[in-house]
Amino acid sequence: MTEHVLEATGLTKLYPGVRALDDVDFALRPGEVHVLFGENGAGKSTLISMLAGANRPTSGTIRLNGREVSFADVGAAQEAGIFTVFQEFSLIPTLSVAENIFLGREPRRGPFVDHRAMKRMTREIFQQLDFPIDPGAMVATLSRAAQQMVEIAKAHHGELSVLILDEPTASLTDREVDHLFEQIAELKSKGVGVIYISHRIQEFARIADRVTVLRDGALIGTLEMADADDDTLVEMMTGREVTEIYPRIQRTDPKTVVSVDGLSTPGVEPANFEIMKGEVLGIAGLVGCGKSRLVRALMGVVPRSGGTIRHRGEDVSGLPVRDMIARGFYYLSPDRKAEGLDLARTSHDNLATNVIEGRGRSFVRWSSVRAETDAISDRVELDPGYRKRLVSQVSGGNQQKVLFGKCFAQPSEIFILDEPTVGVDVGTRAALYRMIRDLAENGNAVIVVSSDLPEVLNLSHRLLVMAQGRIVDELEKDEISEDRVLRKFFEDREQAS
Amino acid sequence: MTRTTTNQASGGLQDFARRTFIRLGVLPVFLIVAVVVFSLLSSKFLTGQNLINVARQSVYLVLVALGQMLALISGGFDLSVGTAIAVTSVVSALTMVWASGVFPEMLWFAITIGILAGFGAALLIGIVNGIGVSYFQVSPFIMTLGVSSVGGGLALFMTGGVPVSGLPFDFGNVFGFGRLFGVPVPVLVAIVCIVLMWIFMSRTRLGTQIYAVGGNIRAAELSAINTRRTLMIAYALCALLASLTGVLLTARVESGEANLGGSIALESIAACVIAGVSLRGGIGRVENVVLGAFFIVLVQNGMNLAQVSSYMQMVLLGSLLILAVIFDQVRYRMMMQAR
Repeated sequence: MTEHVLEATGLTKLYPGVRALDDVDFALRPGEVHVLFGENGAGKSTLISMLAGANRPTSGTIRLNGREVSFADVGAAQEAGIFTVFQEFSLIPTLSVAENIFLGREPRRGPFVDHRAMKRMTREIFQQLDFPIDPGAMVATLSRAAQQMVEIAKAHHGELSVLILDEPTASLTDREVDHLFEQIAELKSKGVGVIYISHRIQEFARIADRVTVLRDGALIGTLEMADADDDTLVEMMTGREVTEIYPRIQRTDPKTVVSVDGLSTPGVEPANFEIMKGEVLGIAGLVGCGKSRLVRALMGVVPRSGGTIRHRGEDVSGLPVRDMIARGFYYLSPDRKAEGLDLARTSHDNLATNVIEGRGRSFVRWSSVRAETDAISDRVELDPGYRKRLVSQVSGGNQQKVLFGKCFAQPSEIFILDEPTVGVDVGTRAALYRMIRDLAENGNAVIVVSSDLPEVLNLSHRLLVMAQGRIVDELEKDEISEDRVLRKFFEDREQAS
Repeated sequence: MTRTTTNQASGGLQDFARRTFIRLGVLPVFLIVAVVVFSLLSSKFLTGQNLINVARQSVYLVLVALGQMLALISGGFDLSVGTAIAVTSVVSALTMVWASGVFPEMLWFAITIGILAGFGAALLIGIVNGIGVSYFQVSPFIMTLGVSSVGGGLALFMTGGVPVSGLPFDFGNVFGFGRLFGVPVPVLVAIVCIVLMWIFMSRTRLGTQIYAVGGNIRAAELSAINTRRTLMIAYALCALLASLTGVLLTARVESGEANLGGSIALESIAACVIAGVSLRGGIGRVENVVLGAFFIVLVQNGMNLAQVSSYMQMVLLGSLLILAVIFDQVRYRMMMQAR
């Protein structure tokens, strides 16, 4: 009878005025990797939040090993063997790796916590994961990728029958992804069912057994991965034919507007490059290679330790961010929640802040500000229904559109876009790429900094490749190839080791 | 895109209550409960004369709460508003007494420089708070608590703990008990400040900058806002509004006193939080804060009429503050979760 380890039938979740999930059936076999696929806001997160015990369905049932269950909270689900790694980590930054992993179930020696055993067991877990981490290190000091591994390591406890991973590879390097996949394969062989949320088809194609596609809170279908190809999946997800995601971008009369000479900051060795109007400059590199720090130093967000930046012949090195913005620089943050948006206010208000700053007048005429934020919202294709909603209440893709909209609120000519499509679905990505095209073709300088290799390969006219804090290659459009870029990542690694 | 349900009618009332709560917070409920309870307890409560009294008494808290609101919206708070009042009172009184001794025939000149000296002293307090919070990133709690002790100590030191008397009569006659067009001067001052603050917060760039800094300081910085300057302005204006209260109170008691404004930090924070100003910053409205301050004074007035002892009043006020914060948490969670 219990062919499925986890089975949900007729799952529905209503929020006031909104049907977030509509009569969805979902079944997980033991030892399978089951991918949940869909645009932001399709209901994936709602579905797993109920399976994970973080939320309760309005109607519908969940069965674990054939028995109907209803979890009071995430802890209850964990006790039953369902462990979830959410996108927002549940780690305590001021505690050590070992303390985090054994939080609430510390090994004891008499009445005291046995720190030595805790560290030893932690080391064993990470040896199994083949990921070197100091069990005594404070979590706050680790990279995001390492924190992700700690989060996954927490699941290596007790009876695990279902592991839910919400976009686990978003911040991992390729090698770390390989490790993660080996680990998933290991769990599979032990009969653990894995639910895996991801946008990256190429990636999950390597490990998925089945894929379930959701759209607008409804189940579109479940298929065997063997029968699924990219086009079918994207069509099911978006409900429309696949068109070319990456637009052709004309290079229009490139002219240098910024020269960077020997710019350095902790983690980035002196870098020389030029920024030109009318073209897209890509900066490719693995997570943690220093590409983000480089542009943040350029922008004045992090302090610069040396070098000069010239904008139209004038030395602008060391200016604070607001002066750089006043000169026409715009920096799009890779972290829309932490430093991009005010989540407790509406999309309209978020854009208005920048519009008001851009105008520089002491008094605000709201009617004209509102007209402008509306025009910007049109430009970034933000659905009118979302404009007066709190930003926290719209999906990640729409939040990213609002963040993009801020670019257009202040007059700028140099757009530095740091991970412009992070955690965004295919439909929104295509829209954002079209905006990048328009910016470049209108004669602006656009810099795309991205860990998503196809993105920078396809958009860039010129590409800088970074590894270990250095610019290791600069390629013209006709020289750009995945092979060459990847080889550069590796070459440098071998030299370093 | 998520679909909207068609059955809006069912649960419509619940939905309305929820939306109202998210928008206005807990104040409407508190106000209704207070009015009902106190008019049951005392027949004098719901009379025109009493309500006018409440309006007059609430002037001082309204002004301080408006300042407190600025600090709260910017993402901090100001525990030193009471000290700003005390310092203003002592400094302005000492200056007035000194100046009226030196220029006995120019009393209005003495009054003016006395008031300006009070403003100056409070401004200094605000700037010190602002520098600590913005340049040295001291938590607003510690910064304003420390400044509160420093200022309070200085005020006591300057007076030796004895009230400063001998102020020009006109000062008290005009700013304490005077009327213009039949309206008490303090009430007029408050009305002007309310209007100016409303314009400041909703119609000026500086106002939107304070909201932006409190909402997400990193995002504000990346939007070209000078976040340090914005924080400085918030704390400076907060101190100035407290200072204005200090001047009005000094005129009312006709002496400079180092113990004025003792419980006003707590009361002003309570007024703001009850009025829906978020302790996380970025959220709050002038008109609601005015109503919040009015509510606190109304409750105090009601308790006086119902002959609740002043000690028990402290208990109730503290409880109200905590209750309001709990509702604020619930409200914030609802705001963030509703999809």
